[in-house]
Amino acid sequence: MINFNLFVLPFSLGLLYLILKIGKDWYKWITTLSPVDKVKFTSGIRNPIQILISLKEVFFEVLIHRKMWKRNPLLGYMHMSFALGWFLLIVLGNIESRFYSGTHLNAPYYPIFLKFFIHDKLVIFFEVYAVPRFFRFIMDLLLLYILSGLLLAFLKRKKSKWFGMKQVTRYQLTDHVALTTLWLIFPMRLLAESFTAGYYGSGGGFMTQPLGNFLTWIVPLPTDLVAYTMWWGYSLVLGIFFVTLPYSRYMHIPTEVLLIFFRNFGIKPKKWYSGYSDTEVHSCSRCGVCLDICQMNLAGIHDSQAVYFIRDVRDKYVSEQISRKCLVCGRCQEVCPVGIHSDSLRLIKRRELSSGQDADYSFVSVSTVRTAEVVYFSGCMSHLTPSIIRSMKGIMEVAGVSYLHLDENRSICCGRPLMLAGKDRQAHDLVEFNKKLIRDARAGILVTSCPICYRVFKEEYNLPIRIQHHAQFLLELVRSGKIPLQSMHRRIIYHDPCDLGRGSHVYEAPRELLGKFSDLLISKEEKNNALCCGGSLGMFEADHQQRDLMTNGALDSLLTFGPEILATSCPLCKKTFGKMNRVPVKDLAELVFESIPDGRIRSASGSVSVPFHPELSSEAESI
Amino acid sequence: MKDFGYQAHRDNTIDFEKNDFRIARFLLEREPSLNLCIGCGSCTGTCSTGHFTEFNIRKIHTLIKRGDTEMARKQIRQCMFCGKCQLICPRGINLRNVILGINRALEKI
Repeated sequence: MINFNLFVLPFSLGLLYLILKIGKDWYKWITTLSPVDKVKFTSGIRNPIQILISLKEVFFEVLIHRKMWKRNPLLGYMHMSFALGWFLLIVLGNIESRFYSGTHLNAPYYPIFLKFFIHDKLVIFFEVYAVPRFFRFIMDLLLLYILSGLLLAFLKRKKSKWFGMKQVTRYQLTDHVALTTLWLIFPMRLLAESFTAGYYGSGGGFMTQPLGNFLTWIVPLPTDLVAYTMWWGYSLVLGIFFVTLPYSRYMHIPTEVLLIFFRNFGIKPKKWYSGYSDTEVHSCSRCGVCLDICQMNLAGIHDSQAVYFIRDVRDKYVSEQISRKCLVCGRCQEVCPVGIHSDSLRLIKRRELSSGQDADYSFVSVSTVRTAEVVYFSGCMSHLTPSIIRSMKGIMEVAGVSYLHLDENRSICCGRPLMLAGKDRQAHDLVEFNKKLIRDARAGILVTSCPICYRVFKEEYNLPIRIQHHAQFLLELVRSGKIPLQSMHRRIIYHDPCDLGRGSHVYEAPRELLGKFSDLLISKEEKNNALCCGGSLGMFEADHQQRDLMTNGALDSLLTFGPEILATSCPLCKKTFGKMNRVPVKDLAELVFESIPDGRIRSASGSVSVPFHPELSSEAESI
Repeated sequence: MKDFGYQAHRDNTIDFEKNDFRIARFLLEREPSLNLCIGCGSCTGTCSTGHFTEFNIRKIHTLIKRGDTEMARKQIRQCMFCGKCQLICPRGINLRNVILGINRALEKI
């Protein structure tokens, strides 16, 4: 028998195109990895354990959609029905087709259009076995499973709230075409199989056979012709879907598999646009999970959320404005089911688009620095909140720590604000200068009061000494008994600064410290889900009214359980929240200093402090 | 030149017909909040770079408004971008974006 009919052509050509296109893209992404990553990749694909781990992740994330299930069961069910349902339909369809073809090598279209080809008289021979009946049952069940997911997908466009989503992504034309054809594939298959089963009076499963009989009964046209048309339609929608897939959001299906392998081989985002970045960009499924959690919604900004930014990157149409319109708080990264590093993509684009002008920092002069056991770098922002510096100095005096306040009078920026503007090259001078100052002090620990500085010290400076944010430093002092604390019995809520929390994963130290002298409340959105205060230095395109809207939104969430004090560990957060005047905002250092019994402060004062430049008065005091 | 014990100052006349206002217009278009500036100088008072050099963002802005971009050209590259000026600004001007804009404008014009 000849298992060929003209209608298989659209499907076959579409599939061929898709395979060639994916092959070309995968090749492009792998070859444009950085040299180090290429080595990681080649050693990774030779390691069976890593391959197995990756395949396990592919199964759980791409087919089961575990992260979607955790987010919302309906959403998880919908995604799983499409992914796992279709996957099983293909696999079992292939196995089923082996019983009929009798060869090991089938044409790729044969299993897909099996029901069209098997209504041959020869097949009746197989009907006596239970195996084909089992397959007919299971294939119908899978089709029903996918159709139930399709119903949910349709519902989601109308009632996204049921799926835990307030907003859904605005799609492009290619997305709409791909979506429409994808949605048509399974109803077309159902109709084609049903009409065929109805026409022959056999060969259908528990769903297609009765439906086929019914359709044959009510449709007044020649059933074989209708069935044939349906097979043509089924093949056409499959073909169109395959051809539009690489240009639509559905490209995430093949790309995410590669991304999971990359990630498990230890490949990380780079500072420039590499094959890994392009893989991440194409892995975005535009599911829209990052839309609702974005605080820019509060400010009425709806065109620069991670999903839209990544779409623009993919279309090679990112404006400078869009790249700079983001708090870079990292909340979208935390919820992304694919694990796309949208913040580092954002910074990559800022680097590409920033003006090429060189900076001139020749004015920063190296002055001789005395040595100390602790170098204290308060950071630019702390100079606007002098009480933090005062408290830190007071605490270190009480604890008897010999310290050097590096940026007491003339503060040199750590460089991160420049990096957030995409000016890494320009920041280099400042980084080198600060590094020299810190090294000259020959201290054991570098303590900073500013999470922005802390993060850049950790990530970019490569310093040979311990780097601590003052939350960690103070906790160590308290633990070692160097600073006595008396409980203040106040209800305190802690706000995680973005760069300390999500940026540097310091969540527990500040909480443990606060727990030692106060009643710490738990907030609705905390730790990796914490809100940004709205003052972010990463944001360039919001005016102060928009920032205030975001700040008030964050305060609304933080003040839900009525705390007496809002504690934070970032001078920028303190300044931003403080100006709203809705609750007293205090830094950890201030709270610790206030909790030290009065007698200890008096006995310690004046004993240790040696100012950096004795001849100049402290800038902090004068502001 | 012969030293008479005094020197002639640079001519500070602002000729609104001849001066180049392209940067000023570009800045206002890019960051409209700059319109709110009252010239209080808080930005300059708190400036980290200002502690080392003559860098004066208030003056740069005033001169740009008058169409004199020479000082901007000389000094703007010294900004460290720390953002203190923006936090301290009583009018809530988005100053870091203004400085990015000046950079961009000088590059283009």
